[in-house]
Amino acid sequence: MSEMTGWLLVWPILLPVLASALAVVAWGRERTQTLIGFAGLLAQFVAALALFVQVWAQGPLAMSMGGWAAPFGIALAADTLGAGLTLIATLVALAIAVYAWADSTPEQRSGGLFPLVLALMTGVAGAFLTSDIFNLYVWFEVTLISSFGLIVLGGRREQIDGAVKYAVLNLLATTLLLIAIGLLYGLTGTLNMADLAAKVAQLPPGAALESIALLFLVSLGMKAALFPLYFWLPAAYHTPLPAVSALFAALLTKVGVYALIRVFTTVFPEGFALTREAMAWAAAATMLLGALGALAEVDLRRLVSYTVVSGVGVMVAGLAIGSEAALLAAIFYIVHSIIISAALFMAAGLVVRSAGSADIEQLSGLYKGVPWLAVAFLLAGLSLAGVPPLAGFWPKVYLVQAGLDAGAHMLVVAVLLSGFLLLLTVGRSFALVFWREAESAATPASPAPGASAALAGGGRHLRYALGALVLLTLLLGLYAAPVVEVALRAASELRAPGPYFDAVLGTAELRP
Amino acid sequence: MEPLIAIVVGALFAISVFLLLSGSLIRLVMGLFVLSNATHLLIFVAGRLTRENPPLIAEGMKVAEAGIANPLPQALILTAIVISFSLFAFVLVLTYRAHRSLHTVDTEAMRVAEPAPRAARLRGRDV
Repeated sequence: MSEMTGWLLVWPILLPVLASALAVVAWGRERTQTLIGFAGLLAQFVAALALFVQVWAQGPLAMSMGGWAAPFGIALAADTLGAGLTLIATLVALAIAVYAWADSTPEQRSGGLFPLVLALMTGVAGAFLTSDIFNLYVWFEVTLISSFGLIVLGGRREQIDGAVKYAVLNLLATTLLLIAIGLLYGLTGTLNMADLAAKVAQLPPGAALESIALLFLVSLGMKAALFPLYFWLPAAYHTPLPAVSALFAALLTKVGVYALIRVFTTVFPEGFALTREAMAWAAAATMLLGALGALAEVDLRRLVSYTVVSGVGVMVAGLAIGSEAALLAAIFYIVHSIIISAALFMAAGLVVRSAGSADIEQLSGLYKGVPWLAVAFLLAGLSLAGVPPLAGFWPKVYLVQAGLDAGAHMLVVAVLLSGFLLLLTVGRSFALVFWREAESAATPASPAPGASAALAGGGRHLRYALGALVLLTLLLGLYAAPVVEVALRAASELRAPGPYFDAVLGTAELRP
Repeated sequence: MEPLIAIVVGALFAISVFLLLSGSLIRLVMGLFVLSNATHLLIFVAGRLTRENPPLIAEGMKVAEAGIANPLPQALILTAIVISFSLFAFVLVLTYRAHRSLHTVDTEAMRVAEPAPRAARLRGRDV
């Protein structure tokens, strides 16, 4: 490996943070900021693509920051999972940025929309690409502080209320994570994940290690919106700008799930009976309660928030089963969920934009005004529920298969039942919002004539952004084989992390 | 020294949990602040507490002779203090804004984003 390949790890983090700083310098010049924003996100996507191509061709890649020998220095590292998730995250972020640009007013944009989005993407890429557990905490905080800025952008009362709950509970979660990391360091004397794996394996299993593992589960589970700690999500995710909701739903919970997967396959590869049990039950409860919450909800945006929660359960179920096939399913589902959560929040935002309400009992007959939105919503919804041939179908097939092989019948039942409930939810909201006859009396903001007009201005770009994501979920469903191949490689690397460890621990001679 | 600090850490955790369970947003935020400080102290103790032994290694040696305090946790805490300070500043401003626009700091009364569910309306014309 030459020094240049090591730099591939740095660009996806460095480019957006530079662009973010540059955009802050251009404060007040909203058009310049927008331009820098798009340039930064595009550059990050290209960097992530280059990194993924390299990792796919040559295997795991690592580079030690500042040239400190492993395990003392902080190393960035990418295996197929980290590089793949960075790639899909940056791709979806581009679509969301187009939506954000077309959906926001110049005042909202000049409030720091693009600098904050770039900072958030820096944190997301950093979390995916670090192999140092304290560094992971720092990237969590980077995403957190940028998300705080984004969630209050606009400053409506509803947003302030949602932001309080979001901020307090997420701060609590990161503090718990810090406690877990501090205790783990006290026990092992290292923060490098590859080194941690070796040190933890040597320690006698005991109450101390088990409680640390449980602390990781609780704190990261809170970040990922796992039962019983998900209540902050439906309280907050529907309040900000639709594009910000889409960005949060696509990426933030997935970073939590990624960290759970990383910690519980690398640091605690066997886990403990207690954490395994707790994870399985929490995953099942998250799937079912998320789906039930969505079914009971009348606000379309909150309904979508609950479906995000339900998806988290599916991913964690894969981790709880823990076999290679189950991890494959979990990783495929993360990719699917990143796309579909963003698409559904965009669609919900467009419904509000064209009809002036998010109440599915009040809305009706939108199909007449905006048929393309109806089609996009239906496709995204069916993909969410796991209807073939859309992308949501395949990971569930693999998960059910892996669950049956592993004898985890409770999780299999939960996956199938939650899929059924989500199908009901999608059917119900589609039938009410789009399909039923418009009732002129019951719908004061009659959509049919006004809808096209409201969407005429920046509407074209909104349509492209949503269309691109729906197309992506359709393509991933029809051509699932390459995704399965990538997910399989990522899962087998997690189960046999030798090359990743070698890359991380043998980074002394590579210096930036 | 360590047992004493350990007891202090425990007491701080107890205080923060008490404050976090309170219904007032101000107390809740204070609870977060106490919790983050307790965490910093916890990591500090985990790196050993020694006096008058700087963490220096004599030339030609690989490890220090005397029992020294591990400097790395102190570096970690420094990072964590800066982060928690900035986040705390944000949460304080947010609390102030919440008070200004919602006119309450009672967490039970803050239901703008989550209105109480409407009574189920059974309407025959639905679907």
